Formats: sequence, structure tokens, C-alpha cells
Amino acid sequence: MQLPAPFDYERATSVDHAIQLLDRLGSGARIVAGGHSLLPMMKLRLVNVEYLIDINDLHRELGYVRVEPARIRIGAMTRHRELLDSPELRRSLPIFHDAERAIADPLVRNRGTIGGALCQADPSEDLSAVCTTLDASCVIRGPGGERVVTMAEFYRGPYETAVGAAEILTEIRIPLRPNGSSAFEKVGRRAGDWPIVSCGVAVWLDGAVITDARVGLAAVGPNTTGIPTVSRALRGRPPSEELFAEAGAIAAACCTPVDDQRGSAGYKRHLAAELTRRALRRAVARLDGRES
Amino acid sequence: MQVTMTVNGAEATGEIEARLLLVHFLRDHLSLTGTHWGCDTSNCGACAVWLDGEPVKSCTVLAAMAAGHEVRTVEGLERFGELDAVQRGFMECHGLQCGFCTPGMLMTARALLDRNPSPSEQEIREAISGQTCRCTGYATIVRSVQWAAAEEAGTRTSIVDDGAP
Repeated sequence: MQLPAPFDYERATSVDHAIQLLDRLGSGARIVAGGHSLLPMMKLRLVNVEYLIDINDLHRELGYVRVEPARIRIGAMTRHRELLDSPELRRSLPIFHDAERAIADPLVRNRGTIGGALCQADPSEDLSAVCTTLDASCVIRGPGGERVVTMAEFYRGPYETAVGAAEILTEIRIPLRPNGSSAFEKVGRRAGDWPIVSCGVAVWLDGAVITDARVGLAAVGPNTTGIPTVSRALRGRPPSEELFAEAGAIAAACCTPVDDQRGSAGYKRHLAAELTRRALRRAVARLDGRES
Repeated sequence: MQVTMTVNGAEATGEIEARLLLVHFLRDHLSLTGTHWGCDTSNCGACAVWLDGEPVKSCTVLAAMAAGHEVRTVEGLERFGELDAVQRGFMECHGLQCGFCTPGMLMTARALLDRNPSPSEQEIREAISGQTCRCTGYATIVRSVQWAAAEEAGTRTSIVDDGAP
């Protein structure tokens, strides 16, 4: 029987209560949301905790997708399945629907949360690539109040984030700009697996010219990787297959994959190029109305 | 610690360690051994049960996390001595061989049909995509769910199983 090492269980009833518990219980305390990353790591003794603070009751407070004119706010306890099923999100940011279809499986998606996924900070995590692509910011609350950090500030390295000892991620904010669309592409070894490489793209057009584009890659660096060089190469140019291939080549050159059991560094670079190309193609097709 | 939850409509209480997983609480404390314990890594789905109406993998949920919530297991599918349509579908269409994955498959199938009474083959395959069957090749499981959907819609004309896997 694979059980985690012993710990004490606490259940938070509000965000403030969770912060109080973290503050009181100290560094041995850890928050559990959906638990589908943390509990397997606890079973393997990769993570040991003295106190586990269950925040699933906070779904009432932090489970939401709120569309505002210039941004979308997603509560940290929003489950994968809710992101997959949200028609507003699919309309405004189809990248989420693309990504969620390929994250784990329906049963895991019933439990896992966006906040848990981001706080896990796994370099291969798909939603992290989505949020990096979309230039999201993260709202972190602690005893001293609330602060907002960019995705680049949020990640400190593999499995490390800017969320401090007595702090909790409460919300993800994604800016909305007109005339844009997005897409996500992933290659894994089998359905529901972690990606060998996955790639998010967001693109904005003014008539026939790309005004801005963003690319975010997972599994090719210590954290998910934004590729600003691609954005510079795409701005001001009309979309074309040649341009997408050029962007793919830049993405492959700018990432830092390593050999592991999922594939060689060379294969991952190939995927970074190819998936960047495919995601750009699909996002632009959506803007043209050629694809939903 | 003490936990109390609703399991198949009845209140269940137990004195447990906080680290106990829901699958072991169901099997070892409540003797509900219909829920199977498989890979222990949230891959195989043999341990699927409903938590507040949604199928989840009970090897990756603490019993403590289920306290105060509603759990439904394969034992809760039968009503008034009559098997659920998905259970009958698995019998009619050879939806199982060794039976190890069956409880999880049944719980996921029931949840799917509650949300979507006439799923396409693709939708059925997606719904069970987090579960592993090593016997049937999935073809007869898909047919079993289709049988149940047709049975509940009153459109079943004949047994769909042609005997082939």
C-alpha cells in the first residue's frame, strides 16, 4: 500500500483561514488543492509535510471564470474540467480548450485545479505554458495583503514559485486584446501523458499584418519558456507559411531542452519548431474564421 | 482523526489516519471491495468512484478530503435489487473479461450517460480515456455503454454484441 508519510490534516474554510493556518503552522505546512500532483509526490516521499491544509472548500470562493472587457479572471480553485467546459473561455481564449483536452484524463480533470497546476511549477506543465503565452499575472495573498506578479516573476525554477511561506495563489488574470486568437499544440508519448513538448501561441492581427504574437513552450527549459525573440520576428509582417517556419526555427534555437526518458534534446528542438509552426497556423486560421 | 461522509446514500464514519486514501477507507473500513485498488498512481482508473456526483480516482483523494461529502461506489449502482442499465450492458455485450477495471468503467459510464444520454462512440472513448482495460481492447466496453444508452432511451432493438471483441 502506497501511503504518504504521516501528517496532520487541516481544512481551510476561507482564503483568510488558509493564510492563518499557514502562518501558524509554519514551514512544515503545505496546501493541497486537487492533490493530483502533490499526493503522488507524497507517496513517493519526494515531498514530506507535517501539516496538509486542504483548500477544496475554497472552491466556493475561488472557483470561477469571470470575463471582463479587458481581462479574464480565473479563480485558483477552478478545476481543469471547468476550464475545458467554459464557453466564455473557449470563445475568448481557445488555447485553454486546446490545452485542457490534452491534460491528463477526464477523472483527473475533475479534481485538478489551475492554481495547483501553476504552483506545482513543473517545467512540463501545460497550463503554465498557456499562462506564459497569454502574459498572465498571478494574484498572491498573504498576511500582509495582496500582490500581483507576472508569470516570469512567478516561476523561480523547477517546482519553485514566488508564492511565499504564508501565501496562497488566489487568481490568474489574463489580459484581453481585440483582434487576437490563440492555440495550443502538444505531443506526448500517449494520451493524457505529460508533454514531450507543448506549445502555446497567441497572435493579434491588424488587417493582413501581425501586430503582436507570443509563444510559450513547456518541457524545454527549467520553467515554461516565453520566446520574446519570436514576438519581435513576427510583428509587422503578414502571416505566411514561411513566416511560421521562421518563427519555429527561432523557438527551437531559443529553448534549452535536455535528454530524458521522454525524448532527446534534438527531438524536442524539432518539436519546438514544428509545434510553434502548427500553433501559429491554427491561431491565425481562427482569426480568419477558417477554424473554430 | 474521525471522518464522516455519505457513501451510497448512507452515513459512514471511521477513525482513520489522515494519510489514508479514500480507496482504502472504502475497501478496508467499510468493506466495500467493489472499488478496486490498482496502480495507486492515478493512471489506471480501477478505483474510480463518484465524489459529489463526479467520477474521481479514489487512490488520489484522501479519505479526510471526502469527509462531509457524498461518495458513490459501484455497490450504489444497483437500485431496489435491479442492476443499473450500464451493469446490464456490460453483461449483455461482454464488457468485461477479468473484471478488474469494471467497477471504475461502470462509474464513469454512469456519469457520462447522466450528462449525455446519447453519447457518440468518440465521446464514450474520451470518457473512459483515464481508465485501463487489459482484456477487452475497449471495443466491447464501448458497445456495453452504447447498449445502456439505447436501453435507457427505449431505442434498443436487439443485443448489439456480435460476439467479436
